[in-house]
Amino acid sequence: MTRLYWALIATAAVAAVVAAWIIYVPGPTAFASGSTVALNDYKDANPTGVPASLASADLVKRGEYLTRAADCEACHTAKGGIPYAGGLAFKLPFGTMYSPNITPDKETGIGNWTDADFLNAIHKGIAPDGSRLYPAFPYPSYTLLTDDDALAIKAYLFSLAPVRRVTPKNSLMFPFNQRWLMAFWSLFYNSNERYQPHTDQSAEWNRGAYLAEALGHCGECHTPRNLMQAVNNKRKFAGAVTAGWRAYNITQDKTSGIGSWDVEMTEKFLAHGHVEGLGTASGPMGEAVDMSLRHMTPEDIKALVVYLKTVPPIPDTSLPVPKTLLASTFPSDHEVNENARGAMIFAGACEACHGWSGKSPVLKYADFVGGRTVNDPTARNVAQAVIWGVTRHSPDGVVTMPGFGKAYSDEEIAAVVNYVTARFGAEKSNITAEEVRKIGKQASQ
Amino acid sequence: MLANESSKVPGLSRRELLKSGAAGVLLLGFRVPIAHAASDSFAPNAFIRIGDDDVVTLVMPQVEMGQGIYTSVGMILADELDADFEKVVLQHAPPDKAYINPIFGVQATGGSTSVRAFWEPLRKAGASARAMLVEAAAQQWSVELSTCRTSNSVVIHDASGRKVGYGAIAGLAATMTPPKEPKLKSIKDFTLIGKPVKRKDTPDKTDGKTQYGIDAMPAGVKFAAIAQCPIFGGKVGRVDDTKAKAIKGVQQVVAIDDFVAVVADTTWTALKGLDALDVIWDEGPNANVDSAEIWQALRTASQGPAVVAKETGDVKAAFADGAHYDAVYELPFLAHAAMEPLNCTVHYTKDACEVWTGSQVIGRVQADVAKVVGLPIEKVTAHNFYIGGGFGRRLEQEMAVRAARLAMQVDGPVKVTWRREEDMQHDVYRPLYHNAVSASVKNGKIVGWTHRVTGSAIIARWLPPAFKNGIDIDAVDGAVDEPYDFQNIKIEYVRAEPLAVPTGFWRGVGPNNNFFTLETFVDEIAHREKVDPVAFRLKHLDNNPRLKAVVQLAAEKSGWGSSLPARMGRGISAQNAFGSFISTVCEAEVDESGEIRVHRCVAAVDTGIVVNPDTVIAQFQGGLIFGLTAALYGEITIAKGRVQQSNFNDYRMLRINEAPKIEVHLIPSMEHPGGIGETGTTASAPALANALFAATGVRLRRLPIDRDVLAGRKPA
Amino acid sequence: MITLQINGQPHDVDVSPDTPLLWALRDALGMTGTKYGCGIAQCGACTVHLDGQAVRSCQLPIGSVGSRAITTIEGVGSTDAGAKIQKAWLDLEVIQCGYCQSGQIMSAAALLAQKASPNDDDIDAAMAGNICRCGTYVRIRAAIKKAAAA
Ligand code: FES
Ligand code: FES
Repeated sequence: MTRLYWALIATAAVAAVVAAWIIYVPGPTAFASGSTVALNDYKDANPTGVPASLASADLVKRGEYLTRAADCEACHTAKGGIPYAGGLAFKLPFGTMYSPNITPDKETGIGNWTDADFLNAIHKGIAPDGSRLYPAFPYPSYTLLTDDDALAIKAYLFSLAPVRRVTPKNSLMFPFNQRWLMAFWSLFYNSNERYQPHTDQSAEWNRGAYLAEALGHCGECHTPRNLMQAVNNKRKFAGAVTAGWRAYNITQDKTSGIGSWDVEMTEKFLAHGHVEGLGTASGPMGEAVDMSLRHMTPEDIKALVVYLKTVPPIPDTSLPVPKTLLASTFPSDHEVNENARGAMIFAGACEACHGWSGKSPVLKYADFVGGRTVNDPTARNVAQAVIWGVTRHSPDGVVTMPGFGKAYSDEEIAAVVNYVTARFGAEKSNITAEEVRKIGKQASQ
Repeated sequence: MLANESSKVPGLSRRELLKSGAAGVLLLGFRVPIAHAASDSFAPNAFIRIGDDDVVTLVMPQVEMGQGIYTSVGMILADELDADFEKVVLQHAPPDKAYINPIFGVQATGGSTSVRAFWEPLRKAGASARAMLVEAAAQQWSVELSTCRTSNSVVIHDASGRKVGYGAIAGLAATMTPPKEPKLKSIKDFTLIGKPVKRKDTPDKTDGKTQYGIDAMPAGVKFAAIAQCPIFGGKVGRVDDTKAKAIKGVQQVVAIDDFVAVVADTTWTALKGLDALDVIWDEGPNANVDSAEIWQALRTASQGPAVVAKETGDVKAAFADGAHYDAVYELPFLAHAAMEPLNCTVHYTKDACEVWTGSQVIGRVQADVAKVVGLPIEKVTAHNFYIGGGFGRRLEQEMAVRAARLAMQVDGPVKVTWRREEDMQHDVYRPLYHNAVSASVKNGKIVGWTHRVTGSAIIARWLPPAFKNGIDIDAVDGAVDEPYDFQNIKIEYVRAEPLAVPTGFWRGVGPNNNFFTLETFVDEIAHREKVDPVAFRLKHLDNNPRLKAVVQLAAEKSGWGSSLPARMGRGISAQNAFGSFISTVCEAEVDESGEIRVHRCVAAVDTGIVVNPDTVIAQFQGGLIFGLTAALYGEITIAKGRVQQSNFNDYRMLRINEAPKIEVHLIPSMEHPGGIGETGTTASAPALANALFAATGVRLRRLPIDRDVLAGRKPA
Repeated sequence: MITLQINGQPHDVDVSPDTPLLWALRDALGMTGTKYGCGIAQCGACTVHLDGQAVRSCQLPIGSVGSRAITTIEGVGSTDAGAKIQKAWLDLEVIQCGYCQSGQIMSAAALLAQKASPNDDDIDAAMAGNICRCGTYVRIRAAIKKAAAA
């Protein structure tokens, strides 16, 4: 009896440990050695707030910088809609969620929120009426923000013109429509702690960490999630699929990550979303560059890179070393024969911008060569780009690739996507029409 | 090749032209030659000018938008005139009654009518001028009229060996009285008509010299881009132009009713300015209209009261027994998507207005602009241009009206260019149609036929006097004159204007819908009766030898009946549209996933007397591609009151690497010339759909062709 | 002020550097032979040559052109391939409305300069980006072959 009793207890304990291990996730900067201190006790330069050049700017200006750094606009703006007025649809496997209006409209926005309301939302994921927010809103990251920074963001948002726009109702399946369940989730996955600097690391590193983790919330897309949909920092930055796009491995792994990019290249990629020979950021990363990263000061970009460079490599064997050789200036016969339909569509709709060689004759943003997207044998991002198109607000003006999803069949899109990876990538993809159909539906709209 | 002064007809005043045109009741406007300021030039009628420099200038009543009409019309005139075609110069006609299209009673180019409508009048105009030149020469030489002949712009008196060039005798010819009934050449004497003649407009089109409306550059021109309310029937609500005005080069932002315009130093800057505007639209009543609702309304209307457009025999009796077949066919909204986006340049001042644009109805442009700017019509000069593809879109003039309204607020000339997206989302669309057809078959022949067409009445809007008894002659064109001897026939029409969406003429007009319905249904019946589709058609064509002949020829030339690889099929269509008799065989392949490859089209064409054979072939080839494009890809859909397609990425065009091989066989004919510009478009969809049936066994009753249906992923 | 080398001549344009070459040619320089069709690199109406390569001028900001040689439809006749193509175009009466044809000729001339005797696949590869709404494709193919044989 007692034996059995103890056996049961032991099993339960093991199960609990396993479960705990499964659901436990380390903090975002846990990979770094050394101890952390509360911000107030940190002796070096303050890693929070705005860069030195803006230190004496007024609250709204500072708030604007931080709002951009936190990239609020990307999620809180419907496609083609008014910035911050919400309404972007996130297509999730269990329903559709819409980002809310965060302009200071009193009825449909956040015009009635007090500072305490705002901090509660940002740090704890709790709305003024006590209801729980879904972690699509990255409060487990924003919880690291200081009160000052959060309130500067609020001040900026309240300086915008109020826009009356009712946020559409979410359509989530049970049990995901039970907001109160999020309370338990938060218990596990929201530390509700402000950023704590690492004393062993440089001030620049700490600034980078604050930018990456508290504001930029890179891990929300680039780190895989566990069963509970929490960011799993055991595989920090190892790559994941978000909103139907693949956020690539940004660990320092040389093959599948960005370990082979030097500091300068990495800085340039973050600031421009394009580096010759590394391709162009598109999809959500393109937006992150356009709406957030490119507005950061060079010192902040540098700090980010200093931080990124210390993230431990995690290899991903599904990603080959990108091919850097240009393709021929004209397609050869066997290429045409192998995938005639893909070749036909590429010739008609794609070649004018991307070129037969993969080096664009007109726009550097349209270069394929060396880019991760065409060197990803899942071809997920190529497919998304073909279906929905890409719009980049680059320093050289607006650059657009139109979407082809409405007029080309899934078979045709699969064919052209496979043609592109075969011609320009290190490993050809084998995406099917069925996958194209599915992938296309996952993009946020 | 085109004379520079496109708008002015030398030596001829407007008043005189008006006089002649009005008196001639839409005919060619013969007139007494005017007393010339320069007595050496000769302008016997609205179409012909001869200078003392021997240059023969022909004024083109029909606009050139690709049909080769300038050359064909020029050939007709020059042949009767015996002019040296090499030296002929062409001129765009100004807006004037003298150039009214006798078929429409409006100065309009469309409906494949150019050669058909102007054949007689132009021949008479040429012959009459020639007669006057001959008379002048005879008088000068004091010889018998009948002893003089003409050739290559020269009058010749063989007996004496005397010759005089048209230029030299032009002054005297101008004083002659035009003959009442000029003698026309007999067909065998034609020197140009029927011969392959090089087009006059093409050399300038190979080196970028040709000016289209979009190329008009009056001195000091400013460039504008416009955005109309994206919802049909909506208006501009509020506009915040702060960001737009901050762009260097943006000069002015104007909001008028339902559109906003940005005027700038280049079209590019104007487009950037447009993108930088924050416009809140007043969406109006159509903000929730979508395609599903539009279709539902059309289907409901099709069940309602109809007018009978034609009834012969005893339909009821025909359907009392025998095999009975029914089907419903539906065709979508289509955009024109001509390569030259819509545009219009206007210079407005208090007391005059000048308009530069390519139009199929330049007279209406002039009249409507005059109305909107509040000037008398003669104060408005409208310059017509070569058109970069019309296809019916430029039978409308609302783009000119908008440009004029903008120009009233702009200092100096302003060129409005519609961006492609604007052109596509603010088109006047080919209407959607619903067709219910039934047939009764006895002893292997169709003996009863009913066809109810439901769709909008474009004619009622565009040419109200022609809309009589509730019947839109365009909507039932091709249905009421179906070519087979079905004996007991009832054709009905239900006018149903689609919710919110404006509709207009589109290449192939009514016959597109009606021949698709007729020819795929006949094909279906043939298959279900287990008779070869060619043999089945021939059975019903004993009274129609011209169509019978083309069906036979198309079948023969296409190798009809010979075997094809699996998943490949041959389909045929026959039609007697636009005064031409045509049969087309299409060969297409469908793969397992429903993807289509059109390999080859073979057509037999009897279009009566052919003026320029190569042009006829070119028109037919192009028309086929146009029709295949629509059948394979074309559909405009509506959501929230807005057109969902925007540009060639989502409104797809057939490209060279998808184009089939095309063979066109002309049947020599002495009949009155038929129209050709739209026939290929009408011919291709049914031939393709029938080929796809032959390849897959799937019957398609809707356009565009749905690959999911073809692959069996979706029910037909 | 940006200086562009067009058809062998320098031309100064005073418009912003993000202006696509298409609009600089048409609106600033009045060289209207190059056409606007779609503005999104889908139709080819705006095709010009940049150092001999066919490019879509609607996608090419003048700020990125530098000193590279631009050839337009107004100048392509003085190249060997361009002249051959233009002649074949007239011989076979390729053109209908003509609006797309500046672009077609530019694409075809670039092809011919690159491949002296293009086969059907080459023609597809080089010409599929040029839409002709009048449907002159059959003749374009034939004319390229004719020009190659000339
Ligand atoms: S206008 Fe440049 S490709 Fe269409
Ligand atoms: S000739 Fe008209 S679009 Fe090509």
